[in-house]
Amino acid sequence: MVSRYENVLIETVSRLLVPAMQLFGLYVIAHGHGSPGGGFQGGCILAASFILLVIAYDIKQAKNYMSETLNTIMCCAGVFIYAGTGFLCVMLGGNFLDYSILHKILPVDPIKARYMGMLIVEIGVGIAVMSVMISIFFNIASRGEHENSVSVSANDRRSYG
Amino acid sequence: MRLIAIFAVTITGFLLLYATIDMPNWGDPNSPPNSHVSPRYIEKVIPETATPNIVTAVLADYRGYDTLGETVVIFTAGIVCLMLLRRYSNG
Repeated sequence: MVSRYENVLIETVSRLLVPAMQLFGLYVIAHGHGSPGGGFQGGCILAASFILLVIAYDIKQAKNYMSETLNTIMCCAGVFIYAGTGFLCVMLGGNFLDYSILHKILPVDPIKARYMGMLIVEIGVGIAVMSVMISIFFNIASRGEHENSVSVSANDRRSYG
Repeated sequence: MRLIAIFAVTITGFLLLYATIDMPNWGDPNSPPNSHVSPRYIEKVIPETATPNIVTAVLADYRGYDTLGETVVIFTAGIVCLMLLRRYSNG
């Protein structure tokens, strides 16, 4: 079991690790073109940074940083960015998800426009995956009631003073 | 009733296993995907998309529609978890 002094250690180290994990997640999304990575992998790493906050504190503390409204809006925004890019290509005159037609609005040539289109959809996928993983974890870990839930370390805090 | 179900499942399973005899060998270089689809992707990925990572290029550009379907499936799973589990306490 965790004593009261080790709780301080867990909380402090988690607070220091969360920004580093988020930076690494953004790096994985942005470098999906050159190194292994992409939208799905980076989105999972970004979600893991919020789940670490839940493990160290409890859900109420994590909801200070990612509220439920913002989470649901970002989940829909991710899918909207992906499908919106496809429809934008149709409105510009090309096929659905045919990114080479984006050279009309971006200052690049048609081949680089496919690169840019892939980056935009990977960002959309990353946002959607992060929000959905956070939402599913919050709902399953607290059995639906976010307000009345406690995490493991909070329970130990209560039993050992 | 259960005997009919077991019989139907066994016949279907046997037919599916019998259909796998016609599939090409594991890792066969002369199978249709390896001789038509993969060389075209590997040769044309840099001239057409300027992306060094072939996996990301196939996932997001050549088969981008499947990735859109996958993202919608993930979104649906999140919404279903929200709808089934979430309980709002009064006050």
